[in-house]
Amino acid sequence: MSNVQIITGNQAAALAAKLCSVEVVAAYPITPQSQLSEILSSYVESGELKAEYVRVEGEHSALTVCISASTVGARVFTATSANGLLYMHEQLHWAAGSRLPIVMCCVNRGVGAPWTIFNDQQDSLAQRDTGWMQLYCSNNQEIIDTVIQAYRIAEAVYCPVMVCYDGFVLSHTMMPVDVPDAAAVKAFLPPYRPHTILSPDDPMNLNQVLFPGQRRDCEGVLRDGYMDMRYKLQAALEKAPETIRAVNTAFAEAFGRDHGGMLWEYRTDDADLILVGMGSLASEAMDAADRLREEGIKAGVVGIRSYRPFPKADVRHAFRNAKGIVIFEKSISYGYEGGLCSDLKAAFYGTAINAPIHNYIAGLGGRDVKARELVAAAKDSLAGFGQGMAEPQTTWLNTTTG
Amino acid sequence: MKERKDDNISAMGTVSIGEAGKTGDWRSLRPVIDRKKCIPTVKNKPACFLCWLYCPEGVVKAGIEVEIDLDYCKGCGICAEECPPRAISMVREDKSHE
Repeated sequence: MSNVQIITGNQAAALAAKLCSVEVVAAYPITPQSQLSEILSSYVESGELKAEYVRVEGEHSALTVCISASTVGARVFTATSANGLLYMHEQLHWAAGSRLPIVMCCVNRGVGAPWTIFNDQQDSLAQRDTGWMQLYCSNNQEIIDTVIQAYRIAEAVYCPVMVCYDGFVLSHTMMPVDVPDAAAVKAFLPPYRPHTILSPDDPMNLNQVLFPGQRRDCEGVLRDGYMDMRYKLQAALEKAPETIRAVNTAFAEAFGRDHGGMLWEYRTDDADLILVGMGSLASEAMDAADRLREEGIKAGVVGIRSYRPFPKADVRHAFRNAKGIVIFEKSISYGYEGGLCSDLKAAFYGTAINAPIHNYIAGLGGRDVKARELVAAAKDSLAGFGQGMAEPQTTWLNTTTG
Repeated sequence: MKERKDDNISAMGTVSIGEAGKTGDWRSLRPVIDRKKCIPTVKNKPACFLCWLYCPEGVVKAGIEVEIDLDYCKGCGICAEECPPRAISMVREDKSHE
Protein backbone atom coordinates (compact mmCIF):
# COMPACT_ATOMS: atom_id res chain seq x y z
CA MET A 1 0.00 0.00 0.00
CA SER A 2 2.04 2.87 -1.24
CA ASN A 3 1.21 6.54 -0.90
CA VAL A 4 3.15 8.17 -3.72
CA GLN A 5 3.08 11.95 -3.76
CA ILE A 6 4.79 14.32 -6.20
CA ILE A 7 6.71 16.62 -3.84
CA THR A 8 9.83 18.75 -3.50
CA GLY A 9 12.81 17.79 -1.35
CA ASN A 10 11.81 20.39 1.23
CA GLN A 11 8.29 18.95 1.39
CA ALA A 12 9.79 15.48 1.82
CA ALA A 13 11.97 16.65 4.72
CA ALA A 14 9.03 18.41 6.41
CA LEU A 15 6.82 15.33 6.05
CA ALA A 16 9.60 13.21 7.54
CA ALA A 17 9.92 15.49 10.57
CA LYS A 18 6.15 15.28 11.06
CA LEU A 19 6.17 11.49 10.73
CA CYS A 20 8.90 11.35 13.39
CA SER A 21 6.62 13.34 15.76
CA VAL A 22 9.23 15.94 16.56
CA GLU A 23 8.32 17.90 19.68
CA VAL A 24 10.33 21.09 19.21
CA VAL A 25 11.22 22.86 15.97
CA ALA A 26 13.40 25.96 15.91
CA ALA A 27 14.46 27.13 12.49
CA TYR A 28 15.31 30.40 10.83
CA PRO A 29 14.46 30.72 7.15
CA ILE A 30 17.24 30.91 4.58
CA THR A 31 17.19 30.12 0.86
CA PRO A 32 16.90 27.29 -0.24
CA GLN A 33 15.74 25.87 3.12
CA SER A 34 12.94 28.46 3.71
CA GLN A 35 10.09 26.36 2.36
CA LEU A 36 10.96 23.61 4.83
CA SER A 37 10.67 25.85 7.89
CA GLU A 38 7.49 27.42 6.47
CA ILE A 39 5.82 24.03 5.99
CA LEU A 40 6.78 22.95 9.51
CA SER A 41 5.37 26.13 11.02
CA SER A 42 2.12 25.57 9.08
CA TYR A 43 1.92 22.01 10.44
CA VAL A 44 2.31 23.35 13.97
CA GLU A 45 -0.25 26.12 13.40
CA SER A 46 -2.84 23.72 11.97
CA GLY A 47 -2.27 21.27 14.81
CA GLU A 48 -1.20 18.47 12.44
CA LEU A 49 2.11 18.40 14.29
CA LYS A 50 1.90 18.71 18.06
CA ALA A 51 5.18 20.53 18.48
CA GLU A 52 6.49 23.77 19.87
CA TYR A 53 7.70 25.98 17.01
CA VAL A 54 10.17 28.41 18.56
CA ARG A 55 10.69 31.54 16.50
CA VAL A 56 14.28 32.70 16.80
CA GLU A 57 16.27 35.65 15.53
CA GLY A 58 18.99 33.60 13.85
CA GLU A 59 20.52 30.20 13.32
CA HIS A 60 22.83 30.31 16.34
CA SER A 61 19.72 30.61 18.50
CA ALA A 62 17.82 28.02 16.46
CA LEU A 63 20.35 25.34 17.31
CA THR A 64 20.67 26.61 20.89
CA VAL A 65 16.92 26.10 21.36
CA CYS A 66 17.27 22.59 19.94
CA ILE A 67 20.20 21.84 22.25
CA SER A 68 18.20 22.98 25.30
CA ALA A 69 15.05 21.09 24.30
CA SER A 70 16.99 17.93 23.47
CA THR A 71 18.76 18.14 26.84
CA VAL A 72 15.43 18.00 28.69
CA GLY A 73 14.20 15.06 26.62
CA ALA A 74 12.42 16.43 23.52
CA ARG A 75 12.88 15.13 19.98
CA VAL A 76 13.94 18.21 18.04
CA PHE A 77 14.36 19.28 14.43
CA THR A 78 16.01 22.18 12.67
CA ALA A 79 17.20 22.99 9.19
CA THR A 80 19.40 25.57 7.53
CA SER A 81 21.67 26.31 4.58
CA ALA A 82 24.99 27.94 3.75
CA ASN A 83 25.79 31.02 5.84
CA GLY A 84 23.06 30.05 8.30
CA LEU A 85 24.92 26.82 8.96
CA LEU A 86 28.17 28.74 9.35
CA TYR A 87 26.46 31.01 11.88
CA MET A 88 25.54 27.85 13.85
CA HIS A 89 29.09 26.55 13.76
CA GLU A 90 29.86 27.05 17.45
CA GLN A 91 26.62 25.38 18.51
CA LEU A 92 27.32 22.41 16.22
CA HIS A 93 30.28 21.59 18.46
CA TRP A 94 28.13 22.07 21.58
CA ALA A 95 25.43 19.73 20.27
CA ALA A 96 27.92 16.97 19.46
CA GLY A 97 29.95 17.45 22.65
CA SER A 98 26.73 17.24 24.66
CA ARG A 99 25.93 13.99 22.80
CA LEU A 100 22.45 15.16 21.78
CA PRO A 101 20.59 13.27 19.03
CA ILE A 102 19.49 16.35 17.13
CA VAL A 103 18.54 15.90 13.47
CA MET A 104 19.10 18.83 11.17
CA CYS A 105 18.62 19.15 7.43
CA CYS A 106 21.34 21.06 5.62
CA VAL A 107 19.88 22.16 2.29
CA ASN A 108 23.23 22.51 0.56
CA ARG A 109 24.13 25.92 -0.83
CA GLY A 110 27.37 27.68 -1.68
CA VAL A 111 28.75 30.15 0.85
CA GLY A 112 29.77 33.79 0.45
CA ALA A 113 31.83 35.64 -0.51
CA PRO A 114 30.88 36.33 -3.23
CA TRP A 115 27.18 35.84 -2.53
CA THR A 116 25.45 32.90 -4.07
CA ILE A 117 22.10 31.39 -3.24
CA PHE A 118 22.73 28.40 -5.48
CA ASN A 119 23.80 24.87 -4.74
CA ASP A 120 27.11 23.35 -3.83
CA GLN A 121 28.24 21.44 -0.72
CA GLN A 122 30.84 23.78 0.72
CA ASP A 123 28.54 24.61 3.66
CA SER A 124 28.23 21.13 5.14
CA LEU A 125 31.73 20.03 4.14
CA ALA A 126 33.10 22.97 6.12
CA GLN A 127 31.40 21.46 9.22
CA ARG A 128 33.13 18.10 8.79
CA ASP A 129 35.02 18.15 12.09
CA THR A 130 32.22 19.22 14.43
CA GLY A 131 31.38 15.66 15.58
CA TRP A 132 28.13 15.48 13.61
CA MET A 133 27.28 12.55 11.44
CA GLN A 134 26.60 13.65 7.86
CA LEU A 135 24.31 11.70 5.54
CA TYR A 136 23.93 12.78 1.90
CA CYS A 137 20.75 12.22 -0.13
CA SER A 138 20.67 11.72 -3.88
CA ASN A 139 16.90 12.11 -4.44
CA ASN A 140 13.72 13.15 -2.63
CA GLN A 141 12.78 9.61 -1.64
CA GLU A 142 16.12 9.34 0.12
CA ILE A 143 15.43 12.63 1.93
CA ILE A 144 12.21 11.45 3.57
CA ASP A 145 13.66 8.01 4.35
CA THR A 146 17.01 9.35 5.58
CA VAL A 147 15.45 11.84 8.02
CA ILE A 148 13.44 8.98 9.55
CA GLN A 149 16.56 6.79 9.74
CA ALA A 150 18.58 9.72 11.11
CA TYR A 151 16.49 9.89 14.30
CA ARG A 152 16.95 6.19 14.96
CA ILE A 153 20.70 6.46 14.30
CA ALA A 154 21.14 9.64 16.36
CA GLU A 155 19.16 8.30 19.31
CA ALA A 156 21.14 5.05 19.32
CA VAL A 157 24.60 6.64 18.97
CA TYR A 158 23.78 9.78 20.99
CA CYS A 159 25.29 12.02 18.35
CA PRO A 160 23.59 14.59 16.12
CA VAL A 161 22.95 13.86 12.44
CA MET A 162 23.01 16.34 9.57
CA VAL A 163 20.89 15.18 6.64
CA CYS A 164 22.32 16.96 3.60
CA TYR A 165 20.55 17.46 0.29
CA ASP A 166 21.32 19.71 -2.64
CA GLY A 167 19.58 23.09 -2.73
CA PHE A 168 17.20 23.65 -5.67
CA VAL A 169 18.41 20.47 -7.45
CA LEU A 170 16.49 18.49 -4.81
CA SER A 171 14.96 21.06 -2.43
CA HIS A 172 12.82 22.72 -5.11
CA THR A 173 12.49 19.86 -7.63
CA MET A 174 9.36 17.74 -7.57
CA MET A 175 9.72 13.97 -7.70
CA PRO A 176 7.47 11.05 -6.89
CA VAL A 177 8.02 10.08 -3.25
CA ASP A 178 6.49 7.10 -1.50
CA VAL A 179 5.45 8.65 1.82
CA PRO A 180 5.81 6.10 4.62
CA ASP A 181 2.79 5.19 6.71
CA ALA A 182 2.66 7.10 10.02
CA ALA A 183 1.98 4.00 12.12
CA ALA A 184 4.85 2.15 10.45
CA VAL A 185 7.22 5.05 11.22
CA LYS A 186 6.05 5.01 14.85
CA ALA A 187 6.81 1.31 15.02
CA PHE A 188 10.22 1.81 13.37
CA LEU A 189 11.23 4.70 15.62
CA PRO A 190 11.08 4.00 19.36
CA PRO A 191 10.56 6.98 21.68
CA TYR A 192 13.62 9.12 22.41
CA ARG A 193 15.30 8.21 25.67
CA PRO A 194 17.83 10.88 26.66
CA HIS A 195 21.14 9.71 28.13
CA THR A 196 20.53 12.16 30.96
CA ILE A 197 17.51 14.23 31.82
CA LEU A 198 18.16 17.63 33.29
CA SER A 199 15.54 17.97 35.99
CA PRO A 200 14.91 20.34 38.93
CA ASP A 201 14.62 17.23 41.13
CA ASP A 202 18.22 16.29 40.43
CA PRO A 203 20.16 19.47 39.64
CA MET A 204 23.43 19.00 37.81
CA ASN A 205 26.11 21.11 36.22
CA LEU A 206 26.17 20.35 32.50
CA ASN A 207 29.19 21.05 30.35
CA GLN A 208 31.12 22.66 33.15
CA VAL A 209 34.80 23.46 32.69
CA LEU A 210 36.83 20.28 32.38
CA PHE A 211 40.49 20.41 33.18
CA PRO A 212 43.34 18.84 31.25
CA GLY A 213 43.57 15.97 33.71
CA GLN A 214 41.03 13.68 35.32
CA ARG A 215 39.75 14.92 38.67
CA ARG A 216 37.84 13.54 41.61
CA ASP A 217 34.48 15.22 42.17
CA CYS A 218 32.87 16.14 45.50
CA GLU A 219 31.50 12.58 45.81
CA GLY A 220 34.89 11.00 45.21
CA VAL A 221 34.14 9.85 41.66
CA LEU A 222 37.05 10.16 39.25
CA ARG A 223 35.61 12.43 36.55
CA ASP A 224 36.91 12.57 33.02
CA GLY A 225 39.12 15.37 31.82
CA TYR A 226 38.40 17.13 28.54
CA MET A 227 40.41 14.70 26.47
CA ASP A 228 38.81 11.57 27.97
CA MET A 229 35.35 13.01 27.35
CA ARG A 230 36.25 13.90 23.76
CA TYR A 231 37.56 10.38 23.21
CA LYS A 232 34.10 9.04 24.08
CA LEU A 233 32.68 11.09 21.18
CA GLN A 234 35.26 9.68 18.76
CA ALA A 235 34.71 6.13 20.05
CA ALA A 236 30.95 6.49 19.52
CA LEU A 237 31.46 7.74 15.96
CA GLU A 238 33.95 4.95 15.17
CA LYS A 239 31.24 2.44 16.09
CA ALA A 240 28.44 4.41 14.38
CA PRO A 241 28.83 2.72 10.95
CA GLU A 242 27.47 -0.50 12.50
CA THR A 243 24.37 1.41 13.60
CA ILE A 244 23.97 3.19 10.25
CA ARG A 245 24.15 -0.12 8.38
CA ALA A 246 21.79 -1.86 10.83
CA VAL A 247 19.23 0.96 10.69
CA ASN A 248 19.36 0.90 6.88
CA THR A 249 18.71 -2.85 6.94
CA ALA A 250 15.85 -2.50 9.43
CA PHE A 251 14.37 0.28 7.30
CA ALA A 252 14.61 -1.84 4.16
CA GLU A 253 12.80 -4.68 5.95
CA ALA A 254 10.07 -2.38 7.23
CA PHE A 255 9.54 -0.18 4.16
CA GLY A 256 11.07 -2.11 1.24
CA ARG A 257 13.65 0.52 0.30
CA ASP A 258 17.39 -0.02 0.73
CA HIS A 259 19.52 3.11 0.43
CA GLY A 260 22.79 1.30 0.98
CA GLY A 261 23.79 2.10 4.57
CA MET A 262 27.16 3.82 4.44
CA LEU A 263 27.27 4.02 0.63
CA TRP A 264 25.44 2.72 -2.41
CA GLU A 265 26.78 1.15 -5.59
CA TYR A 266 25.51 1.19 -9.16
CA ARG A 267 26.79 -1.25 -11.82
CA THR A 268 30.09 -1.70 -9.96
CA ASP A 269 30.17 -5.52 -10.18
CA ASP A 270 32.30 -5.61 -13.32
CA ALA A 271 33.26 -1.92 -13.44
CA ASP A 272 36.80 -0.88 -14.36
CA LEU A 273 36.10 2.83 -13.98
CA ILE A 274 34.27 3.97 -10.87
CA LEU A 275 32.72 7.41 -10.60
CA VAL A 276 32.12 8.60 -7.06
CA GLY A 277 30.32 11.53 -5.48
CA MET A 278 27.81 12.59 -2.84
CA GLY A 279 24.20 13.68 -3.22
CA SER A 280 22.60 14.62 -6.53
CA LEU A 281 25.96 14.59 -8.31
CA ALA A 282 26.26 10.84 -7.61
CA SER A 283 22.74 10.41 -8.94
CA GLU A 284 23.75 12.26 -12.12
CA ALA A 285 26.81 10.00 -12.37
CA MET A 286 24.54 6.94 -12.76
CA ASP A 287 23.27 8.45 -16.01
CA ALA A 288 26.88 9.12 -17.03
CA ALA A 289 27.85 5.50 -16.24
CA ASP A 290 25.02 4.20 -18.44
CA ARG A 291 26.23 6.38 -21.32
CA LEU A 292 29.84 5.29 -20.83
CA ARG A 293 28.74 1.65 -20.96
CA GLU A 294 26.92 2.35 -24.25
CA GLU A 295 30.35 3.39 -25.54
CA GLY A 296 31.92 0.19 -24.27
CA ILE A 297 33.52 1.61 -21.11
CA LYS A 298 32.73 -0.49 -18.07
CA ALA A 299 31.72 2.26 -15.66
CA GLY A 300 29.99 2.13 -12.30
CA VAL A 301 29.11 4.55 -9.51
CA VAL A 302 29.65 4.70 -5.78
CA GLY A 303 27.47 7.21 -3.94
CA ILE A 304 28.87 8.15 -0.54
CA ARG A 305 25.90 8.35 1.80
CA SER A 306 27.69 8.75 5.15
CA TYR A 307 30.57 11.20 4.88
CA ARG A 308 31.05 11.25 8.67
CA PRO A 309 31.57 8.68 9.98
CA PHE A 310 33.62 7.95 6.87
CA PRO A 311 32.85 4.57 5.26
CA LYS A 312 36.45 3.34 5.34
CA ALA A 313 35.70 -0.40 5.31
CA ASP A 314 32.87 0.06 2.79
CA VAL A 315 34.98 1.96 0.25
CA ARG A 316 37.81 -0.54 0.55
CA HIS A 317 35.32 -3.20 -0.46
CA ALA A 318 33.54 -1.16 -3.16
CA PHE A 319 36.76 -0.07 -4.93
CA ARG A 320 38.69 -3.34 -4.55
CA ASN A 321 38.60 -4.05 -8.30
CA ALA A 322 38.69 -0.46 -9.60
CA LYS A 323 41.17 0.27 -12.38
CA GLY A 324 40.44 3.98 -12.42
CA ILE A 325 38.64 6.30 -9.98
CA VAL A 326 36.98 9.60 -10.88
CA ILE A 327 35.79 11.72 -7.96
CA PHE A 328 33.24 14.50 -8.49
CA GLU A 329 32.83 17.01 -5.67
CA LYS A 330 30.79 20.14 -5.09
CA SER A 331 33.26 21.57 -2.59
CA ILE A 332 36.98 21.92 -2.07
CA SER A 333 39.39 22.17 0.81
CA TYR A 334 40.95 25.41 -0.41
CA GLY A 335 44.67 25.16 -0.86
CA TYR A 336 44.56 21.41 -1.40
CA GLU A 337 41.87 19.33 -3.14
CA GLY A 338 38.37 17.96 -2.68
CA GLY A 339 37.83 16.62 0.83
CA LEU A 340 36.26 13.39 -0.40
CA CYS A 341 39.31 12.80 -2.62
CA SER A 342 41.65 13.18 0.36
CA ASP A 343 39.55 10.86 2.50
CA LEU A 344 39.28 8.18 -0.19
CA LYS A 345 43.04 8.21 -0.80
CA ALA A 346 43.62 7.91 2.94
CA ALA A 347 41.22 4.96 3.15
CA PHE A 348 43.08 3.19 0.30
CA TYR A 349 46.54 3.76 1.81
CA GLY A 350 48.21 0.49 2.72
CA THR A 351 45.68 -1.61 0.78
CA ALA A 352 46.00 -3.27 -2.62
CA ILE A 353 43.87 -0.49 -4.15
CA ASN A 354 46.31 1.45 -6.25
CA ALA A 355 44.10 2.71 -9.09
CA PRO A 356 44.83 6.13 -10.60
CA ILE A 357 42.57 8.89 -9.24
CA HIS A 358 41.24 12.04 -10.91
CA ASN A 359 39.44 14.63 -8.78
CA TYR A 360 36.92 17.03 -10.36
CA ILE A 361 35.54 20.07 -8.58
CA ALA A 362 32.15 20.66 -10.19
CA GLY A 363 28.96 22.65 -9.89
CA LEU A 364 30.11 25.28 -7.40
CA GLY A 365 27.56 28.04 -6.78
CA GLY A 366 24.92 26.28 -8.87
CA ARG A 367 26.94 25.86 -12.07
CA ASP A 368 25.04 23.24 -14.02
CA VAL A 369 26.55 19.76 -14.23
CA LYS A 370 25.07 17.63 -17.00
CA ALA A 371 25.49 13.89 -17.36
CA ARG A 372 27.20 14.36 -20.73
CA GLU A 373 29.75 16.63 -19.04
CA LEU A 374 30.48 13.91 -16.49
CA VAL A 375 30.88 11.48 -19.40
CA ALA A 376 33.37 13.80 -21.13
CA ALA A 377 35.22 14.35 -17.85
CA ALA A 378 35.43 10.60 -17.19
CA LYS A 379 36.77 10.02 -20.73
CA ASP A 380 39.40 12.72 -20.18
CA SER A 381 40.41 10.94 -16.97
CA LEU A 382 40.62 7.62 -18.79
CA ALA A 383 42.86 9.16 -21.44
CA GLY A 384 45.06 10.54 -18.69
CA PHE A 385 45.18 7.18 -16.90
CA GLY A 386 46.12 5.58 -20.25
CA GLN A 387 49.06 7.94 -20.56
CA GLY A 388 50.29 6.92 -17.14
CA MET A 389 48.75 9.70 -15.05
CA ALA A 390 49.82 8.49 -11.64
CA GLU A 391 49.79 11.59 -9.47
CA PRO A 392 46.17 12.45 -8.54
CA GLN A 393 45.04 15.66 -10.21
CA THR A 394 42.37 18.18 -9.36
CA THR A 395 40.48 19.71 -12.28
CA TRP A 396 37.80 22.42 -12.07
CA LEU A 397 35.03 21.26 -14.40
CA ASN A 398 33.53 23.81 -16.82
CA THR A 399 35.52 26.63 -15.28
CA THR A 400 37.55 29.38 -16.91
CA THR A 401 40.91 28.72 -15.33
CA GLY A 402 43.21 30.19 -17.97
CA MET B 1 36.59 -1.40 46.50
CA LYS B 2 36.35 -0.80 42.77
CA GLU B 3 37.15 2.72 41.59
CA ARG B 4 33.98 4.59 40.60
CA LYS B 5 34.53 5.89 37.10
CA ASP B 6 32.84 8.60 35.10
CA ASP B 7 30.24 6.77 33.04
CA ASN B 8 28.60 9.91 31.70
CA ILE B 9 28.95 10.46 27.95
CA SER B 10 28.84 14.23 28.30
CA ALA B 11 30.39 16.35 31.00
CA MET B 12 28.25 16.77 34.09
CA GLY B 13 28.70 17.09 37.80
CA THR B 14 26.88 17.46 41.08
CA VAL B 15 26.02 21.00 42.09
CA SER B 16 28.25 21.66 45.09
CA ILE B 17 31.00 23.91 46.38
CA GLY B 18 34.35 22.81 45.01
CA GLU B 19 32.93 20.70 42.17
CA ALA B 20 35.27 22.36 39.69
CA GLY B 21 38.28 22.33 42.04
CA LYS B 22 39.71 25.25 43.99
CA THR B 23 39.62 28.12 41.55
CA GLY B 24 41.18 30.89 43.59
CA ASP B 25 44.78 29.82 43.32
CA TRP B 26 45.53 31.90 40.22
CA ARG B 27 44.40 35.13 41.86
CA SER B 28 47.00 37.92 41.68
CA LEU B 29 45.23 40.41 43.95
CA ARG B 30 43.73 39.48 47.32
CA PRO B 31 40.92 41.45 49.04
CA VAL B 32 41.80 42.49 52.59
CA ILE B 33 39.03 43.88 54.80
CA ASP B 34 39.78 46.66 57.28
CA ARG B 35 37.40 45.76 60.12
CA LYS B 36 37.65 49.27 61.55
CA LYS B 37 35.87 50.57 58.43
CA CYS B 38 33.58 47.66 57.44
CA ILE B 39 29.98 48.77 58.17
CA PRO B 40 28.54 45.48 59.59
CA THR B 41 31.48 45.23 61.99
CA VAL B 42 31.44 48.90 62.96
CA LYS B 43 27.64 49.01 63.49
CA ASN B 44 27.44 45.38 64.71
CA LYS B 45 24.38 45.05 62.47
CA PRO B 46 23.53 43.12 59.30
CA ALA B 47 23.94 46.15 57.07
CA CYS B 48 25.46 47.26 53.74
CA PHE B 49 26.65 43.92 52.30
CA LEU B 50 27.26 45.52 48.89
CA CYS B 51 30.38 43.32 48.56
CA TRP B 52 28.15 40.25 48.99
CA LEU B 53 25.63 41.64 46.48
CA TYR B 54 28.16 42.54 43.80
CA CYS B 55 30.58 39.61 44.07
CA PRO B 56 30.29 37.77 40.72
CA GLU B 57 31.66 34.57 42.25
CA GLY B 58 29.36 34.37 45.29
CA VAL B 59 32.29 33.95 47.64
CA VAL B 60 31.38 36.69 50.14
CA LYS B 61 29.58 35.58 53.29
CA ALA B 62 27.19 38.27 54.53
CA GLY B 63 27.67 38.03 58.28
CA ILE B 64 29.09 39.86 61.18
CA GLU B 65 31.87 39.80 60.30
CA VAL B 66 31.92 39.73 56.51
CA GLU B 67 34.10 36.87 55.25
CA ILE B 68 35.55 36.17 51.81
CA ASP B 69 36.27 32.58 50.78
CA LEU B 70 39.79 32.86 49.37
CA ASP B 71 39.66 29.29 48.02
CA TYR B 72 37.42 30.60 45.24
CA CYS B 73 37.96 34.39 45.14
CA LYS B 74 39.50 35.36 41.76
CA GLY B 75 40.68 38.75 43.00
CA CYS B 76 38.61 40.80 40.56
CA GLY B 77 38.33 43.72 42.99
CA ILE B 78 34.65 44.50 42.42
CA CYS B 79 34.00 44.30 46.19
CA ALA B 80 36.74 46.85 46.82
CA GLU B 81 35.37 49.11 44.09
CA GLU B 82 31.81 48.95 45.47
CA CYS B 83 32.61 49.23 49.20
CA PRO B 84 31.20 52.62 50.37
CA PRO B 85 33.67 53.19 53.27
CA ARG B 86 36.60 51.82 51.21
CA ALA B 87 37.14 49.07 53.78
CA ILE B 88 38.48 46.59 51.23
CA SER B 89 41.89 46.97 49.66
CA MET B 90 43.43 44.74 47.02
CA VAL B 91 46.96 43.61 47.85
CA ARG B 92 49.34 41.66 45.65
CA GLU B 93 49.56 37.94 46.36
CA ASP B 94 53.05 37.79 44.92
CA LYS B 95 55.27 40.64 46.05
CA SER B 96 58.14 39.60 43.82
CA HIS B 97 56.84 41.92 41.09
CA GLU B 98 57.30 45.00 43.24
